[in-house]
Amino acid sequence: MSAAPIIDVRGVRRSFRVRQGLFAAPRHVAAIDGVSFSVGAGEVLGIVGESGCGKSTLARVILGLLPPSAGEVLVDGQRVADMDRRARARLIQPVFQDPFSSLNPRRRVRDVVSMPLDAQGDVPAAEARRRVDEMLARVGLDPSMGERYPAELSGGQRQRVAIARALVLRPRIVVCDEPTSALDVSVQAQILNLLAELRDALGLTYLFISHNLAVVEHVATEVAVMYLGRIVERRETSALFGAPAHPYTKALLASVLTPEPGLGIPDTGLGDAMPDPSNVPPGCSFHPRCPVATARCRVDIPATARVAGGQSDCHLL
Amino acid sequence: MKALRDIGLASGAAIVGAAVLVAVFAPLLVPHDPFAQDLSRRLLPPFWMEGAREGHLLGTDQLGRDYLSRLLYGARISMLIGIATTVASGLIGIALGVAGGFFGGRIDDAVLFAITARLSIPLILVALAVVSVVGSSLTVVVMTLGLLLWDRFAVVARVSTMQVRNLDFVAAAWAAGCSRSRIVLREILPNILSPLAVVATLEVALAILLEAALSFLGLGVPPPLPSWGLMIAEGKDYMFFSPWVIMIPGVALFVLVFGINLLGDGLRNLLRTGRVA
Repeated sequence: MSAAPIIDVRGVRRSFRVRQGLFAAPRHVAAIDGVSFSVGAGEVLGIVGESGCGKSTLARVILGLLPPSAGEVLVDGQRVADMDRRARARLIQPVFQDPFSSLNPRRRVRDVVSMPLDAQGDVPAAEARRRVDEMLARVGLDPSMGERYPAELSGGQRQRVAIARALVLRPRIVVCDEPTSALDVSVQAQILNLLAELRDALGLTYLFISHNLAVVEHVATEVAVMYLGRIVERRETSALFGAPAHPYTKALLASVLTPEPGLGIPDTGLGDAMPDPSNVPPGCSFHPRCPVATARCRVDIPATARVAGGQSDCHLL
Repeated sequence: MKALRDIGLASGAAIVGAAVLVAVFAPLLVPHDPFAQDLSRRLLPPFWMEGAREGHLLGTDQLGRDYLSRLLYGARISMLIGIATTVASGLIGIALGVAGGFFGGRIDDAVLFAITARLSIPLILVALAVVSVVGSSLTVVVMTLGLLLWDRFAVVARVSTMQVRNLDFVAAAWAAGCSRSRIVLREILPNILSPLAVVATLEVALAILLEAALSFLGLGVPPPLPSWGLMIAEGKDYMFFSPWVIMIPGVALFVLVFGINLLGDGLRNLLRTGRVA
């Protein structure tokens, strides 16, 4: 990791009020609970975990779309919560999972891509037009596509439009929230290669969220594994995939080799007990599903231990 | 089934289109001044009955005014009230509904309360009370109905906004640094217009019927303006011997409202099969 981190997440917690009835007292459910990490400029941090582990909430907090309940997110040395929305937009942009809901169906592709420029308020129309054309070409779309509506495009083309929209302001960070999991397998590779090319050409930093370990191994320089709102292991990609330290990571990696690929959410081999963020187990939150849990795991929250190429939270290390 | 729907949409559009044309060009179309009385030619029957006179295709009313001319001018009043009321109530309802759906929380609670309160108010009763206090005029009728008929707009706008608000393209707009007003106007409003267009057709029809009801009770537009409801009211004393005086405006009212509803139904089916958003 380079010296000055471009993303610095410090002890972020985000909880949601859940009302269960008119007269029931609202409960608070922590979607992310005490997450800290930093990403150096030019790195690709992959974030993996099952659905419901808080990956997307984390993405939204880092993008400044959701305020954290506690802790703070610094992007390029500034608190995201305090940044002007225009300045924030010039620094960090998202690419979402579903290209069918991430493009406004009532606007032409050209207007969709131009939207961040328009929101800046000081980009002349001719300049905006030129930059949109340039960006469309860059993501591999013919400028004539700009006159079409999203409904006329394929899933892969739509995701290219979403990438063009994210990059038209030349941000330094792109938060990719499952950017390929809604696409056909053949198109996934194209989009991943496009993202890799753009990263090299534009010097981007990616936060790459996915439940697909194969994809993360392909693109990420470092990987963070999330479980129930916490990061349980954070290591360089080759170290993590070569010798996983945390029992949860081991289970995830083992699940990649299941005979039914492409089912999306991996079968972790940990039983059907989906983790419930509203009822986090005491001690190590993973202990009910952990194959090697000891008595201590049920009581004490594990501390962070150093392992080769990173760190992990487990008593057994 | 589909062909039947297309016929419905087409005939609805044709009826409404014809009514709009008649309303706009009424002064050019009428054979007589709709206000000119001629007591020597009272209650002449329409052309298909015995005793009809040349020049009065639909006969005359109890004051000898040409019934066709009054009917055509009545279309003006009906369309004017239908559209003006819908515009007024649409503005109120959409503003409230979008505000509630977009901001949520306390604002949404307040909007929901307003909708519930409005739904518990008996429409005709309040309209009657207002008109009897303020006096009846076209403006009062439009204002009163406009302030009362916004509930469906608000309900539909609120729910649609809540659905659209959580879509990823709205999140992308936030991340792109768009202002709140830009997000509401450019990202959300265009995507909730189709259900609102359907509501608008229903409200036009309802407003026309309510105006007719109020005019029939003598609390709508004041005479001698030729409103269809007023024509029925004025004709009711003569209905036993000259049934056409209530039949003609009644049929006109029925056909227009039927046409608007056909159009609304057709639009709804078209939008449902077309796009999701």
